[in-house]
Amino acid sequence: MIPAVDYIRILPELVLSIFGIIVMMVDPVLPEQSPKKPLGVIAVIGVLAALAATAYQPGFYGSAFYNTVSVDTFSVFFHVVVLLIALVVILISFEYLDVQRIRSGEYYALVLFGTVGMMLMSAAVELVLIFIALEISSISTYILAGMRRRAAESAEASLKYFLLGSFATAFFLYGVALIFGATGTTNVYGIAHYFQTQQASVLAYLAVGLMFVGLGFKVASAPFHVWTPDVYEGSPAPVVALMSTGPKAAAFAVLLRVLFATGAPGWFWMVWVSAALSMTLGNIGALVQQNVKRLLAYSSIAHAGYLLVAFAAAKQVGISAAIFYAASYAAMNVGAFAVIGHFASEGEKYVTLDDYAGLGRRSPLLAATLTIFLLSLIGIPVTGGFFAKFYVFSAALQSNLVGLTIIGVINSAIAAYYYLRVIVYMYMRDERVEAPVARIPAGLGVGLAISLVATIYLGVMPGRVLDYAIQSAQDLLK
Amino acid sequence: MVPLSYYLVLSAILFACGVAGFLIKRNIITIFLSIELMLNGVNLSFVAFAAQLNKLEGHIFVFFVMVVAAAEAAVGLAIIIAVFRTRETLNVDRVNLLKL
Repeated sequence: MIPAVDYIRILPELVLSIFGIIVMMVDPVLPEQSPKKPLGVIAVIGVLAALAATAYQPGFYGSAFYNTVSVDTFSVFFHVVVLLIALVVILISFEYLDVQRIRSGEYYALVLFGTVGMMLMSAAVELVLIFIALEISSISTYILAGMRRRAAESAEASLKYFLLGSFATAFFLYGVALIFGATGTTNVYGIAHYFQTQQASVLAYLAVGLMFVGLGFKVASAPFHVWTPDVYEGSPAPVVALMSTGPKAAAFAVLLRVLFATGAPGWFWMVWVSAALSMTLGNIGALVQQNVKRLLAYSSIAHAGYLLVAFAAAKQVGISAAIFYAASYAAMNVGAFAVIGHFASEGEKYVTLDDYAGLGRRSPLLAATLTIFLLSLIGIPVTGGFFAKFYVFSAALQSNLVGLTIIGVINSAIAAYYYLRVIVYMYMRDERVEAPVARIPAGLGVGLAISLVATIYLGVMPGRVLDYAIQSAQDLLK
Repeated sequence: MVPLSYYLVLSAILFACGVAGFLIKRNIITIFLSIELMLNGVNLSFVAFAAQLNKLEGHIFVFFVMVVAAAEAAVGLAIIIAVFRTRETLNVDRVNLLKL
């Protein structure tokens, strides 16, 4: 018999799934060629309801469904981050789908289902559920990547994402199989208990390595990053906003729960090398890019590297720094892709740096917004990116990771060059092509405002969110 | 009784065959089948461990892996059709609009 309180512990996921099903059921009723904005409105209501359900959860901490789900500050924090990402993505999709003439209502349902997967990933403490949640979020994003069905690039991006994603899943699964063999359990607490009481076997080391490979693909850290630029370039911009932040944050949550908090052996040097490689390859790759989506794809690899630096650091400060970084990276990256998606126009024609020349004069508001997001990605004070980097590097220094910190700081300096290059193009170059700039519609305006407020808020008053992050870290290590 | 290590070695060989196929083969469908081979290699490990440790989790996991593999196949084949419609080829080397 499952107690009623268990359902409250998965209430946000339940609410969101129900709204996803409602979207699927209303879709056939609407006229086929009409814009699907009503479905988007249903999706927004669903996300807001799920946010309300999440806000209701803190009174009901504990584990549910025979120890497969654990609701704590950590899961609630990630729920809120993922839901806000989904909210902004749906809001910016209203206009995007219209402009690109995408008439598929299932778009919104897939965003909702994908979000359910990401939320479950952050709450699950049983490897079976973690695997299923990972697949719910992955399969939804594979389809979303190919939503511009008639564009060859979009189909290709979808294919590459699908093939490499499934490849990575198989590695993750093999790791799970071996860790089951080594510890005799698939429960995260059981695994933690095993590592605390017994000497880890060779099998366990192998398992940790394989799971890290699988999750490394999902978070796009080097050397498992090769798919990222292609997939981000070909996928629809709002979808990139979702998949560069949501699944990434969720996969980091899984890394934290399964490898970090259980005290699994042998990950330190893997994380160290992967962090150093991600930062370096990401930033160097970004230097030569002409396509803005591709540029931000390389930047996202680099940011995965900064996040991994926090992992290499000591437990509690490292975890809280990583959680804070995931939140602030989500805020600024979603915003940047919102602007890019709006500016790309029909068929995503305007995505190269040359197209951005003179944007500062044609559309001052849009250019200023993008500038703030880019400054935040550099890590300039008064933006969320600054404190995120600051906490990560101070956590690394506290654990005496001087080498990694130096690599990180040098990389931050290199990164400033290519972000500033975009800003220079917008404000100091004369326009060569007549790229039209449409008015900012209401949905996009609200979406941009949310990401902008979040970015600035994290940069001016990081205290409250950081407290939550520290609380989450404590919950995780209990 | 066949010792556990035999199963594990066979499962590792299956997994390795899948990885090799994924990396070497050029036809998208064959690549996709290689991934399925990897998953089945993993399944064999799960079942072997579950029988050895006498725990149900491994058996349950296999069912979920099969279900998820079916879902992945449905989505994957749809994506492959979308690619074939736009490019008229199933060779990965010729699906190269986005440079790797």
